[in-house]
Amino acid sequence: MRLSAPAKVTLRVFAGIVMAAIYLPLVLVITNSFNATTSGAFPIKEFTTKWWVAAWHNEGVREALWTSLKVASVATAISLVLGSMVAFALSRYEFFGKNTVNLLVVLPIALPGIVTGVALNNTFKTVLEPLGIGLGLFSVIVGHATFSIVMVFNNVQARMGRMNRGLEEAAMDMGANMFKTFFHVTFPGFRSAFIAGGLLAFALSFDEIVVTTFTAAPGTETLPIWIFNNMSRPNQAPVVNVIAAVLVLASMIPVYLSQRLTGDDKK
Amino acid sequence: MTALKSPPDTAAAPIRSTAPARNSLGDKISRYLYVRPKMRVTGLLLLPLLWLGVLYIGSLALLFITAFWRTDSFTSKVIPAFTLENFTEILTQPAYQATALRTIGIALAVTVLCAALALPLGLYMAKVASPRMRAVLAIGITLPLWAGYLVKVFSWRITFSTGGPLDWLLAPFGATGPGYGTAALVVTLAYLWFPYMAVPVYSAFRQIPDNLFDASADLGARSWATVRTVAIPLLKPAFIAGSIFTFSLSLGDYIAAQFVGGKTQVIGTVIASNINLNPPLAAAFGIVPIVVVVIYLFLARKTGALKAL
Repeated sequence: MRLSAPAKVTLRVFAGIVMAAIYLPLVLVITNSFNATTSGAFPIKEFTTKWWVAAWHNEGVREALWTSLKVASVATAISLVLGSMVAFALSRYEFFGKNTVNLLVVLPIALPGIVTGVALNNTFKTVLEPLGIGLGLFSVIVGHATFSIVMVFNNVQARMGRMNRGLEEAAMDMGANMFKTFFHVTFPGFRSAFIAGGLLAFALSFDEIVVTTFTAAPGTETLPIWIFNNMSRPNQAPVVNVIAAVLVLASMIPVYLSQRLTGDDKK
Repeated sequence: MTALKSPPDTAAAPIRSTAPARNSLGDKISRYLYVRPKMRVTGLLLLPLLWLGVLYIGSLALLFITAFWRTDSFTSKVIPAFTLENFTEILTQPAYQATALRTIGIALAVTVLCAALALPLGLYMAKVASPRMRAVLAIGITLPLWAGYLVKVFSWRITFSTGGPLDWLLAPFGATGPGYGTAALVVTLAYLWFPYMAVPVYSAFRQIPDNLFDASADLGARSWATVRTVAIPLLKPAFIAGSIFTFSLSLGDYIAAQFVGGKTQVIGTVIASNINLNPPLAAAFGIVPIVVVVIYLFLARKTGALKAL
């Protein structure tokens, strides 16, 4: 396109503003956690690390972090197993209702989180609670695993489509049984996709709040729920700022790791 | 003759001598399953389908049924008796009507805002920026997808706070930020879902050949006329694809409304506040976003834009 010089400059400035709008708020979260005053007035005049120390010693935060780690680990483990199984079935076999199964896996992430949340809340309260399985840590894990399966599934299925099946046949020809073939040939072939999917599932679970609010009992606090419950309490505000900053920094870990993983694949 | 005989001998001997005894349990199961592919598929799908098909779809079905039940106003227990009360209440109560319409309006505003930002950004990235700059920007717009949802909402809570960064930025112009409210909610949601719009629009822009733009210019169209009459029609499928995400994700969101929405009520806030007191009403209200999203998908499909993707 023949754009005039001023038009090009305008577009460049516009792109710069968009990028600033994307990243400045995240920078604000981090700088705000060092704000010495609790007023939230901008610009920050005095910096301190005392809120970080306070957050470190905060019992509620520690408990919430521990809950979040437990939920994310178990939900990730479940979604790794179930997601890989579906990916395996869909990429290796032809069967009736294949498209329906595919849709079924994607549905929990395609529907608004609130729908998943309300539906599971309803089931736990009306069906499972009379059976002794009420809302609590378990229901949160169930909710998280439900929408995490698709993360593992997407990654593993994409990789399996590109894998060389001749290797598996060769292994079987040489006398390896199905399970040996899987663990020595197939699994190493999609291991990095498996790990990447697991990372995504973990990150998604660690950060999730909508489904969590509906599936958690009042006592079950994950880190996001803790932030949610404490953000409007003025005396907790500085600690909330620190936790938010930690979450911004923690979100860089999966980016770094996935970058490493895809980098390894290219070698 | 001996030459003919010897190859089978040499080939057979090593197999007999080195092949392991093929009788471990794994071998037996493996041999059994090898000739039964249907059983293998069933084995692979059993657990996932129990989880997704029974637990998840079962929950959605139960949600749908619960929407037709009612709550005893004294004991606040759910009574499984068929009634259309919840739906009539949603459709006739002005407060609920307003909430549903407001939420749809917010979702549309978010979509328009995302599209309006994605167009010039896509134009710059695809047709003006250097390859290096283009790569940096392409990573730049997708990277925030990794940052947590909650911290992104939280970052705008800080930005819009009274006396906060936005007020400070606007102070030299004698203005203040909008504070927590509907405007802040629209901006925050647009921020959250922007990558879903920007990425398809940018990649569609890249696929438009430069000579189309040259032809348009040769025929006397100025830049804006070219964008309007050449680029936008070609980008329509990308806009529609992006809008499905921006629209449906905004429709179901209610956490952002609680963080930056001030007193703004959305569908999600009504569901959340009724979930313990009146589950059937919450269930009925939960059907609303599903219906709206389905209608939206149907309209998008009618334009034929989905096929072009």
